[in-house]
Amino acid sequence: MKTRYWDKAAECLRRRELEELQLERLRAVVRRVERHVPFYQRKLEAIGLRPEKIKSLQDVRHLPFTTNADLREAYPAGLLAVPLRKTLRLHTSSGTTGKPKAIFFSRRDLHHSADLIARCLVATGATEDDILQNMMTYGLFTGALVMHYGAEKIGCLVIPAGPGNSEKQLLLMQDFRSTMFHTTPSYALYFADFLEKKGIDPRRHLALRRGYIGAEPYTEQTRRKIEQAFGIEVYNSYGLSEMNGPGVAFECAARHGMHLWEDHFLMEIIDPATGEPVPDGQPGELVLTTLCREAMPLLRYRTRDITALIPEPCPCGRTHRRIQRITGRADDMLIVRGVNIYPQQIESVLMGLPELGRNYLIVLEGLDEMTVKVELSAAAFDGRVERLAELQQLVAERLRTELLTRPRVELCAPGSLPVSEGKAKRVLDKRTL
Amino acid sequence: MHTIKLLAVLEENKQGQLARLTRCLAGAKVNIRWITIATLDKVGVVKILVDRLEPALEALRREGFTVSTLEVLAVEVPDQPGALHAVTDALAREGINLENASGFVTQPRKRAVLLFETHKLSEAQRVLQKQGLRLFTQAEVLAI
Repeated sequence: MKTRYWDKAAECLRRRELEELQLERLRAVVRRVERHVPFYQRKLEAIGLRPEKIKSLQDVRHLPFTTNADLREAYPAGLLAVPLRKTLRLHTSSGTTGKPKAIFFSRRDLHHSADLIARCLVATGATEDDILQNMMTYGLFTGALVMHYGAEKIGCLVIPAGPGNSEKQLLLMQDFRSTMFHTTPSYALYFADFLEKKGIDPRRHLALRRGYIGAEPYTEQTRRKIEQAFGIEVYNSYGLSEMNGPGVAFECAARHGMHLWEDHFLMEIIDPATGEPVPDGQPGELVLTTLCREAMPLLRYRTRDITALIPEPCPCGRTHRRIQRITGRADDMLIVRGVNIYPQQIESVLMGLPELGRNYLIVLEGLDEMTVKVELSAAAFDGRVERLAELQQLVAERLRTELLTRPRVELCAPGSLPVSEGKAKRVLDKRTL
Repeated sequence: MHTIKLLAVLEENKQGQLARLTRCLAGAKVNIRWITIATLDKVGVVKILVDRLEPALEALRREGFTVSTLEVLAVEVPDQPGALHAVTDALAREGINLENASGFVTQPRKRAVLLFETHKLSEAQRVLQKQGLRLFTQAEVLAI
């Protein structure tokens, strides 16, 4: 199949030229924040850094980090680099604790965010003939709207279905022959179950070809489960509201790592504990600097997302380097009996066992006791309680190998664990420490 | 094959679950002839001998229960000292393990039934028949 591009000149720009462009844009953004954003003025002044000191891309390391807390403190409009009347849209990021983070878009920012989505969708093979059922939450969350405008840009028919209401989702999918959907991994799994219960075989009854899955980290095994359940290709999408939302990094047809659009974002991968860069290919926290953002430029934003760089060039010809799927959040890391554990490690073990269902819950209680509750797959039940005991042992053993600590495992009946239709809550921390 | 088919239902080990199950079977006009429950932490497996297997399966699936069927053996044991030993001894000599066995007397001082699961279904059948022990068919066990 011939590789298609939305903006070939930008997507296949030679590395040297791309890096020159990055440096030029980095210097411009430092000059702009120094002039227009008091927050950054103070930060730069405190370390005595003048924009002229940025002579190479490596010099980005001299710049101060911007954190989650900085954004909350700057709420509502403390990080604006343009007058408020120049902004066109406001998004906030899911503030699970305390104040949310407010993100403003100028006209140019909206244009750019849609353009990056267009690159992403075309890279997966989408065309104007496709029909996208957008099952993300419309509203303050960037997930749905940013994707919406990008898909319109390439000429897709976009169905703004929003999340949940599975009956209606199915109706839309059947009546309008949606060829693609955009949702979270947990809703995709939930919806697959729903279709199965309804006796709908997506391969025969629906027209789906691709799924864009993002907003929550998920594993390769989950991708395969979703692909098999719907008979589609699933593409991993990475983004965060602080960086426009979806479209920061996206998989191409090779579906091996996500191209991060380096002409718009300067990436670093650092050790979250020390702030120092990690060697290429090693896991660390992704740090992003916006290179083109007008309304709200951010320097070295600590995403808290753990990933690793894939330094090798991609066969698709795009020169923008790839990152691996997110393997955890620096914030989600659990410390159980002194061991660092990412919930995604647990998920990848569970999803690797076909006898298990798709729903699980990690419960922490008492003095550091971890219990992993997981539903059995209905098809794997053969009536023998011994089989259940063996399976429980096997799961515990696999988890011990992965986590280096042995959790309690509880098999649960299919459908007995709580299901969420939005972002899944997989960890219940009731520890009394 | 002289085997007995049981209904096996996976349930959450919590209040009201069994009532949900029996209500469903009653609604489907299915008669329960024998029942046993094995639990493992938060789940239980309810094994039931019913008079009408297919309607029971259908009714339970429709209600969203996780169900399966299980093949077991039912051997006739005279209701007298040493009779059960003859059965277990014959099986032990052939290295056949019994799993989840349970017994009940059908005619006091005359006859009892031992119901059991085993990995080696056909081997166990052969051994018991060689010993001259009688295995029940599904129809026979339901007629007791």
